Amino acid sequence: MGGRLKLLLPLAAVAALVTAGIGGAGHPRGGTLVFGSSTDPVILDPILVSDGESLRPIRQIYEGLMTVKAGTAQVVPSLARSFKVTRNGRVYTFSLRKNVKFHDGTAFNAAAVCANFNRWYNFTGPFQSSAATSYWQSIFGGFKTTVGNAEAPVGQQTSLFRSCNVVNGLTARITLTKASGSFVGALSLPSFSMSSPRALQQFEANKAEIRGGAPVFTGSYGFAHPTGTGPYRFESWRVRERLTLVRNTRYWGPKAHLSRIILRPISSNAARLQALQTGEVQGYDLVDPQDMSTLRSTRGLKLLDRPAFNVAYVAFNSAKAPLNRLAVRQAVAYGLDRRAVINSSIYAGRGQVAHAFMPPTLFGYAKNVKKYTYDPARSQRLLRGAGLSLPVKLQFWYPTGVQRPYMPDPPRIFQAFKASLERAGFEIEARAAPWRPDYLNAAQTGNAGHLHLLGWTGDYADPDNFLGEFFGAPKPQWGFNNAKIHNLLQRADGETNAKKRIAMYQQANRQLMEFLPGVPYAHTKPGLGFRANVRGYIPSPVSLEPFRLVYFGGGV
Amino acid sequence: MLRFVVRRLLLLVPILIGLSVLVFLFIRALPGSPAESLLGERATPETIAQVREQYGLDEPLYLQYWKYVEATIVERDLGVSIASRRDVGEEIKERFPATVELALAAMLFSVGLGIPLGFLAAKRYGGLFDHASLFTSLIGISIPIFFLALILKYIFAVRLGWFPSIGRVGVLTEVDQRTNFYVIDTILSRDWEGLRDVLKHLVLPAVALGSIPLAIVARITRAAVLDVQNEDYVRTARAKGLAPRIVDRRHVLRNALLPVSTIIGLQTGLLLSGAVLTETVFARPGMGTWLTDAIFARDYPVLQSGILFLSIVFVLVNLLVDITYALINPRIRYS
Repeated sequence: MGGRLKLLLPLAAVAALVTAGIGGAGHPRGGTLVFGSSTDPVILDPILVSDGESLRPIRQIYEGLMTVKAGTAQVVPSLARSFKVTRNGRVYTFSLRKNVKFHDGTAFNAAAVCANFNRWYNFTGPFQSSAATSYWQSIFGGFKTTVGNAEAPVGQQTSLFRSCNVVNGLTARITLTKASGSFVGALSLPSFSMSSPRALQQFEANKAEIRGGAPVFTGSYGFAHPTGTGPYRFESWRVRERLTLVRNTRYWGPKAHLSRIILRPISSNAARLQALQTGEVQGYDLVDPQDMSTLRSTRGLKLLDRPAFNVAYVAFNSAKAPLNRLAVRQAVAYGLDRRAVINSSIYAGRGQVAHAFMPPTLFGYAKNVKKYTYDPARSQRLLRGAGLSLPVKLQFWYPTGVQRPYMPDPPRIFQAFKASLERAGFEIEARAAPWRPDYLNAAQTGNAGHLHLLGWTGDYADPDNFLGEFFGAPKPQWGFNNAKIHNLLQRADGETNAKKRIAMYQQANRQLMEFLPGVPYAHTKPGLGFRANVRGYIPSPVSLEPFRLVYFGGGV
Repeated sequence: MLRFVVRRLLLLVPILIGLSVLVFLFIRALPGSPAESLLGERATPETIAQVREQYGLDEPLYLQYWKYVEATIVERDLGVSIASRRDVGEEIKERFPATVELALAAMLFSVGLGIPLGFLAAKRYGGLFDHASLFTSLIGISIPIFFLALILKYIFAVRLGWFPSIGRVGVLTEVDQRTNFYVIDTILSRDWEGLRDVLKHLVLPAVALGSIPLAIVARITRAAVLDVQNEDYVRTARAKGLAPRIVDRRHVLRNALLPVSTIIGLQTGLLLSGAVLTETVFARPGMGTWLTDAIFARDYPVLQSGILFLSIVFVLVNLLVDITYALINPRIRYS
């Protein structure tokens, strides 16, 4: 197998233990927390979902080999105690935690790990639909075979996963088809959580059919018998009304404080706020920007910040003159008054100026990148230096009918940028289009003028999910082909040495801000609303909060 | 009468064909498709094409329509929601009772209060009560349902805490779901605590939804009573010495209720559409919240079957109104 590069994560393991101890002893036990979700989960079979409202309860019922440290994007071991990877970056050996049991009493071990991976890899038919296994397909590519799969993804790729072997009871070896540095980070996604192999079989988790193009799961596993190892176990689910989880009293780690968690679907944001005010729910996610002041100013309620894990940017189409010239791109960067936009009422104090295409909470972020502070005079000098006569005409697109955490009011953001660019020697031709489908289509196909507004919220804690997603290969949206940047990002994705990987992403950040494919301008902190007596809720940048740490404290 | 009913039922066929075509085309005329809705920022031309192909949205419209009709009629399959992946038929079975329950509660509120109000206003014609009820009913008709719903919620749920603000039942109430009409279910299982909880959850939405019919019923009753009490037979009844209360009950109110019954029938159909907004504000899991969410998600199977189902109900309710009208008033003969 060749020399092994030991990537044991002693520090991370310590971090996990420290995290596990957060909340600690002494907090009052018991009580029921009713949490307002925006909708019902689709199904409680982790591999079959990618939406936040399904992943929220899944995060409590299940655990994966890796997880993220509470309140951060730092990947730490969970059901794995540590792992080693071979020098070629293709073979990962996971050493597993002892004495862990699934909620049905069966043991968690290497055979269970391989049973889960093999189940995913061997999916056929409806399970190969992108609507069913979206995260598997985006991280691992394809499946073992496409036999009997009428709905197979177009251009089926070779899977990143090759095999899983049981080395001994508590050691599992996963072999990949190529080196991947983002593999371990991706394992922190709750979609790759471990299910009880016995429950999967007993409750027919692999039964499904395609109806009207949609995969329909006909087994009862994901609806009535989800079985993981997590601090809460499934009690009941009355669709449209509530999903109830109860404390797992046989949990391997520090047990949860609350006896019960009830997730109550309320689709309207205003109704969620009012339910919090009446006390019908004690917490909810996705607070509207306009409701934040109410939460701050109402006695008995509080607003928690979710650390920023997104980026809003002004994209340049570098294929279009004059943006094919660096001086003009720099002139645009100096001409965007980002601070004024972030400090305005648009972001309501929830934003910070972005200097990179990834959030600062993520490893690989570089502080020492070239920064572009608003300087209209400098913009004009750059444009004149490039031999252009002022004003320089640019077409600038923005979306309508959409609100995103990183982009709360696109028309107002556009207006602010337009004004600042016009002071910097540009003449802006405004183009608005409905978010779906026109705007997104135009942006993705490189037909959204010279400049357009867009952004991204990360799925999992890996820079590849930001930089690799944007610039890992030439894309019509950006209109440039810079082998140096694309290759660096591809190599970084395949690098398994953590230190080297971090250095490569830092280098990529510096190169990107020199090359300027666009200008990142905001990272924002989404808000969560709670009753003041709810304690121990640690908002996670990747929206994966462990309810295990939550308890009711004193106060109003 | 039988011929009339059969003819009206036969007329349903072209109406339904027309409706299904309209609904099918209208929802596809909305910008975007389930593909963009599912993918959001992650949408690339390739992934959009893949999802469109998967759901058959890349096929010609007539073919998509034909497949939809074939599945609905031949296979009796209303489809599967693209967003929640739940069976549309099952969802209707569980959600429709919630909407009907709300509509009936709203109707009960509007009729129960509207008829006495209208009657009293007519009896005190030109007086303070009459003017006050006219003014109030004008406000009742003019105020948008969702706005009234929000105000009611703010005052009676948030500030005073008298009523719950969301849902059909509290999180700790277990309703034994036999019919999915929670009022009936709790009565059948003799769960009086549950019934109290269900009724408490019904009050604010029913008042909000019933405000417009209340105003209409009150005004129509007032006008009808004013008309009837000047009729010869009423004067005769009074002249022969019948007690005023008996004249009012037997002669005035009974005859005045005829136009009111028509209005009640028409309003019942309209209540179903009004329930869409009310359910959203009060987060009640009925047809309304379901269809609203489906519009945002461009969930074609839900919209097609959900809207068509409500349309059928609307047409049937109107037919029922016509039949009841004939039963109440024997002078009316349908041919």
